[in-house]
Amino acid sequence: MTLSTGLIFGIIFILMFIVVMATISEGLVKIAAKHQGENPENYGVLPNDMPSMLKRGEGSPDYISQEDHFVDLKKGFDINLLGEASLEHGIEYVHSSTYALKPKDFMGMMPIPKVVVAEGETLKAGDVLFFDKKRPEIKYAAPVSGEMLKIQRGEKRSVNEVVILADKELEYRAYDLPDLDTVSREDLVAFLLDSGAWPFIRQRPFDIVAEHEKMPKAIFVTTFDTAPLAPSFNLTVQGKEAEFQKGLDVLAKLTEGALHLGLDGRGASSPAKAFVNATGVQKHWFNGAHPAGNVGVHIHHVDPLNSGETVWHLDVHGVLVLGTLFAKGIFDTERIVALTGNEMPNPRYVRAHQGVCLERFVTDVKFQEQLTTTDQEGKPVTINRKAVRLVSGDPLTGKEIEPNGYLGFFDDQVMTIEEGDYYELFGWLIPRAGHPTQNRTFPGAFAPSSIYKADTQQNGEERAFVVSGEYESVLPMDIYPQYLLRAIQANDFEKMEGLGILELGEEDVALCEYVCTSKHPVQKTLRQGLDMLREQG
Amino acid sequence: MGLFDVDFWKKIEPSKDKKFAHGLYDGVFTLFFKPNEVNHAGRTHIKGPMDLKRLMIHVVIALQVCYIIGSYNIGHQHFLALGEHTGVLDAVHLKLVIGLMSILPLFIVSNLVGLGIEFYFASKKGHPIEEGYLVTGALIPLIMPPDVPLWMLALSIIFAVLLAKEAFGGTGMNVVNIALMARAFIFFAYPTEISGDGPWVSAISLDDGVVDYSFLHMMFNGLFESLGWSTFINGQPLLESFTGATPLVLARTGGWEAVTEVYSSTAMFVGGIPGCVGETSKLAIIIGIAILLLTRVASWRIMFSMALGVAVTGMLFNAWGFNSYMDVPWYNHFLMGGLMFALAFMATDPVTACGTNTGKWIYGFLIGFFGMVIRVMNPAYAEGWMLAILLMNVFAPTIDFYVVDANINRRLKRAKAK
Repeated sequence: MTLSTGLIFGIIFILMFIVVMATISEGLVKIAAKHQGENPENYGVLPNDMPSMLKRGEGSPDYISQEDHFVDLKKGFDINLLGEASLEHGIEYVHSSTYALKPKDFMGMMPIPKVVVAEGETLKAGDVLFFDKKRPEIKYAAPVSGEMLKIQRGEKRSVNEVVILADKELEYRAYDLPDLDTVSREDLVAFLLDSGAWPFIRQRPFDIVAEHEKMPKAIFVTTFDTAPLAPSFNLTVQGKEAEFQKGLDVLAKLTEGALHLGLDGRGASSPAKAFVNATGVQKHWFNGAHPAGNVGVHIHHVDPLNSGETVWHLDVHGVLVLGTLFAKGIFDTERIVALTGNEMPNPRYVRAHQGVCLERFVTDVKFQEQLTTTDQEGKPVTINRKAVRLVSGDPLTGKEIEPNGYLGFFDDQVMTIEEGDYYELFGWLIPRAGHPTQNRTFPGAFAPSSIYKADTQQNGEERAFVVSGEYESVLPMDIYPQYLLRAIQANDFEKMEGLGILELGEEDVALCEYVCTSKHPVQKTLRQGLDMLREQG
Repeated sequence: MGLFDVDFWKKIEPSKDKKFAHGLYDGVFTLFFKPNEVNHAGRTHIKGPMDLKRLMIHVVIALQVCYIIGSYNIGHQHFLALGEHTGVLDAVHLKLVIGLMSILPLFIVSNLVGLGIEFYFASKKGHPIEEGYLVTGALIPLIMPPDVPLWMLALSIIFAVLLAKEAFGGTGMNVVNIALMARAFIFFAYPTEISGDGPWVSAISLDDGVVDYSFLHMMFNGLFESLGWSTFINGQPLLESFTGATPLVLARTGGWEAVTEVYSSTAMFVGGIPGCVGETSKLAIIIGIAILLLTRVASWRIMFSMALGVAVTGMLFNAWGFNSYMDVPWYNHFLMGGLMFALAFMATDPVTACGTNTGKWIYGFLIGFFGMVIRVMNPAYAEGWMLAILLMNVFAPTIDFYVVDANINRRLKRAKAK
């Protein structure tokens, strides 16, 4: 037999082998899915959603005008989880008896801020609660009116929560509003600092509350959130279109540069009119998987941050707080919060003020579970097992809170996640279908549209870096995260800056942490690096 | 039930004070069960399902076809040397027994020695046992000649694991590929065992030029006789005409014509030629590549750019045509020696390869280039991939440095442009 015939036979054999294996695997995966009680349609080895795969990158959706800037992001990963909030039950307003502001929600704040109200003092919504001793100009305000209840302290007397006993009917602090058309930038900044609305403005570098002394080269507003189960800002802005535009007008005064609006260009539906028709802004559309909605990604693709520069950014809530302040003269932090997660009896949207106590939202969730096992001598014992974790924020960047804890300052999502403290026999070997992943050693990677139940299982132990290119595949930025992490671990400041640490916030690398084979705490390492750099000045 | 029951394992768990015992227990336990750790170390509350054990095991899975065809080929080559059962499917049982009897000791020694060192260092440093050696231990038997003395194998592994891995800090920290380091040790310390014509055919043990099956003879002959199958026969001499020369040696002396006089392309593709255990069957390797690429466990960039490097260098040699070796058509190089195995399993080791995507292109291409140069132009070394990959392992961090530096410079330039 000659070489060519040998080669042809070989290739035919291999192709047949692959086809046979793929067909068998397809069948097995579908059977496995059926056994797990999942819809077999969603599972398979062969790509079953060709249309959606082909559609990606086909160009911008029709609702985007041709002149607008459109960015098509190829990298990223959407984690589809069960427990999406539904609108079936309408959106009710939820009031709780206590509210709290948590100083630890603000990155880089001193652990013991100066609390300016004494216990028992009465407060109006917008009255100053505390400030950071390092940056005393920035005032943090009470979200509701009522009576100052207590300061909840943690380790080393650090302040965990400043708790307010709320009035049923809110009273608002009266402001002496400056005239937007004539006010100077300095006076406007001074007013905002004192009003309590300033902390909604954050900045890159360092991803902290904006430094008011600096002139930002641009301000970015993101109008969509691609994090798992994140609520849609289209709902948030409904009925507040005028306030949103007013907020943008305020922001335009704060920078000499441009005001950029990052819009959802993923093509499912056109974003809310308030976003599309906003004036005085430059609009940029982004298409792609998470983290396409992250402001860090927008900044990188629109006007990247260079050493020595500052960019400010807000989410829709922040813009609405500023807008309501100037449109109605009140400090109103009301927002739409998504109650999500598979363990939430009816995942839904609610309206609530910042810092609301979550107790009433999650009354039906079974956080504890009683287990009967045997102890070492064989006697039966009952133990309480924590069955469900409550998170304020999204599952990638949120903070774990107690079932009677409070909503975080910037959060608009509450999520329940099943605790995954189970052992799995040969878990490292079996191609189990129940995981959202893009890793091809799992069948799930071949069915990117499937929806999964989340749990907190770490899925392996922490190891040294082995795999390369993994982080890059979920970070749509021209950054080498693995080299950046190594620079942080080596305390190499120059390299950290050179590799773009200043452009990043923790939320941008959250997916890197999710996909990491070596289970490295990427976000914590990044924050260490940012804190070190900030200390260096 | 027994080993598959968590409660059973919890009962036999040694106390945490006994470092070595607990480390060993932990290493074995986590082979059975994914531990019940929940996310607290980082900030994400959910984590992807991929872990290092799974990554490693998928490489081992991709190696399995190489193991099967490679072992069978050991037996096949043995009987070719004797001049009997020369058909591919003649005396399958004898060939399988010989193959397994050659490969199993290699596999067992490789894993016992390597994992032993790993366990010792893990318990000494108080680290959990890392799974990096799973792949190394599976790779080493495949890149050795079937007849390599076991003490030599053990020595080479001790050398490689101590010097190339543990000295640098364990799994994930090594600069050069550990399996290749072990091979390089034998290559330079005991060159007659791993180059030339002699070592590539397993002869079990040769006393005075005749075959002696020792215990195989006693163990299996009764069984095979009762089944009416052919049996092992002691005391046969090797064929005088049989040289055991690999295609590479033939190509050096007489070009592609000399190779095809002895071996057909099909034999080289399917794996009926003498050589290291894993490298002979290109078919098995291609199936392995398919698994690696389908699961994206190994980098397609490195494989593709290395193949490109080989092709380009091969074409250059064809155009030059200085001697008959250079005239070997470039695509035929893929059929000879360890090229395909190196391309699939050695160059793609993520720890020692380049970490950046741009770097991977350069890294793979240069391996292809250097490997071909060593293979064709250097008469001292028949095969070039081990040396080319070790060389590029050392240069990989430098390549990455320049790629990452370019990223830094882009950022600086952007700042200056303002």
